[in-house]
Amino acid sequence: MEGHLIPDPTNENATILLMGLRRSGKSSICKVVFHKLQPLDTLYLESTSKPTTENFRSLINLSVIELPGQLNFFEPTYDHEKLFKSIGALVYIIDSQDEYLNALTNLSMIISYIYKVNPKINVEVLIHKIDGLSEDFRLDTQRDIMQRVGDELLDLGLEGLQVSFYLTSIFDHSIYEAFSRIIQKLIYELPALENLLDLLVQYNKFEKLFLFDVNSKIYVATDSSPVDIQTYEACAEFIDVTIDLDGLYGDVKDSDESKGNPTKCISRLQNGSVLYLHQMIRGLALVGLVRLDNTDQFSMEFKNALSLIDFNVNVFKKSLEDMWKNSRL
Amino acid sequence: MSTNSRKKLLLMGRSGSGKSSMRSIIFSNYSAFDTRRLGATIDVEHSNLRFLNNMTLNLWDCGGQDVFIENFLNTSSQNPNSNNNIFKKCEVLLHVFDVESKEVNKDIEIFQRVLKNLHQFSPNVKVFILLHKMDLIQVNKRDELFKIMFDNLQKIANPFHFKLTGFATSIWDESLYKAWSSIICSLIPNISFYQQNLSKINDILNAREIILFEKTTFLVISSTDRKLITNNDELDPKRFEKISNIIKTYKQSVNKIRTNFETIILNGMNTSIYLAELTNNIFIMIVMDNQRNDDDSTAIEDENLILEDIKIARSLFEKVENV
Repeated sequence: MEGHLIPDPTNENATILLMGLRRSGKSSICKVVFHKLQPLDTLYLESTSKPTTENFRSLINLSVIELPGQLNFFEPTYDHEKLFKSIGALVYIIDSQDEYLNALTNLSMIISYIYKVNPKINVEVLIHKIDGLSEDFRLDTQRDIMQRVGDELLDLGLEGLQVSFYLTSIFDHSIYEAFSRIIQKLIYELPALENLLDLLVQYNKFEKLFLFDVNSKIYVATDSSPVDIQTYEACAEFIDVTIDLDGLYGDVKDSDESKGNPTKCISRLQNGSVLYLHQMIRGLALVGLVRLDNTDQFSMEFKNALSLIDFNVNVFKKSLEDMWKNSRL
Repeated sequence: MSTNSRKKLLLMGRSGSGKSSMRSIIFSNYSAFDTRRLGATIDVEHSNLRFLNNMTLNLWDCGGQDVFIENFLNTSSQNPNSNNNIFKKCEVLLHVFDVESKEVNKDIEIFQRVLKNLHQFSPNVKVFILLHKMDLIQVNKRDELFKIMFDNLQKIANPFHFKLTGFATSIWDESLYKAWSSIICSLIPNISFYQQNLSKINDILNAREIILFEKTTFLVISSTDRKLITNNDELDPKRFEKISNIIKTYKQSVNKIRTNFETIILNGMNTSIYLAELTNNIFIMIVMDNQRNDDDSTAIEDENLILEDIKIARSLFEKVENV
């Protein structure tokens, strides 16, 4: 058990640790985000009794460790120190539809311990199951929780620690948004990536650009303009359209990205914008919304604009490949 | 010019069987989730839907509560000539059965009485039955259940000389699109023209598959595949309905950024897919095999060629529509 719990020191994976009281929704989140389980089906999930580790290969290799809520992890059988030292982010899940005072006490206890062992850790608090709360009540709940956690940390004398809060639900895109931000913090190359995306946006009049992980719909990077949830949803669902349509006629067996031409999908919208998707390396796809004004689809300008985008995106892909060749050795 | 032909379509079934839900999904771009907020239909809800250029679907969504059904049947028997007799001049009856219904006998009795009235007032009606909410039945029992139910209902229809067409449907998968697609196709008078012209186009394009969709509902009207090498057997037999479903979902998602889509051009692993507006009422989808060449410039040429072809085919199909 112990060996299973503690990541191999040679393992270069960025590690996320999911914690929270029992029935707060840890397994559901894991299944919905990383295994594409339908949100409604999470009702049938059994309670998790053992710590589980799962590995995902995306832009960065990611390990997600889930600690069951009923586990008393201060028992001496577990080597927490080693565990907490190796993780990049602690994700603590609070059920907002339940009495959360116990959860807050539990959280501050964990934070005070973890801070001693690993002060560089990112602490991310998901205020979960907000789908059951009314719009006003959500913000009140968030404010209350932030206030209480802040006070607790102050009492413990841990003022410097960065704690981020997210309102999430597995029934909409908020959980993906939260995980996108959590994972982005673990990507060492993020500033360089964002810089590249900003350049693309600047040269090609993109309104918004996301670098998506195709399987989980998490975006590992985006340009520096603010994220509008509708645009995000449209882009994420555009990936589904592309994959589903391609899957109907394509041969799924040889879906090796190194072979053949990369998947590319362009959809013109009535308001003159274009949804643009281009397959990248390591199961990623670049998806963006670009505005190409007053051109009809047969005109030369439209085609030229698209060719220019294609060219620039290929340059981007090349630099992404180079970046990864150098960073992981 | 076109003579605008009105087709009256009766949508019947017991209360809660899912009539209004399916109507909203097919014609009003609802998602399966959205149908939760629909209430019970009171009396009859009429909707007129323009379909292709020369067809108007006059859809009568009849409330399914016993009071309403009794009312329809009584009006028809007491004063058969009144305008309130809903069974006059029907082209299609669509009867929806809930597979989980507790009162199967009552369902069948009503079906029988509806048929009796139709036999009297519109003897040429086409009868479709939908065994709805199939998602509630275990996967391996669906076919068997459907067969038993269908045979039963056909026996009931036999005295009235109606030939039934039946579908097992659910709003949670694509089966609904298949059912509606064949209902609609049975109503289009010049469907064979579409088929012929589509084959002609494919003689030139040599595409793997070409499919025509109606624009608002995204139901399949016509399709053709390559004559020479038919390797389409290995493709998903449900692909047409799946495409309808995918595109409808896509429509909803671009609606969130307050717009609609015009074209999709997908360069996939083995195929290139072009989806564009053909006429004001029809979308065309062309599936081409990818020639594996590393030369980017020829790929762009191909793409432009197909877009031009769609432009040329437009005038041809506008003529067909106006026949």
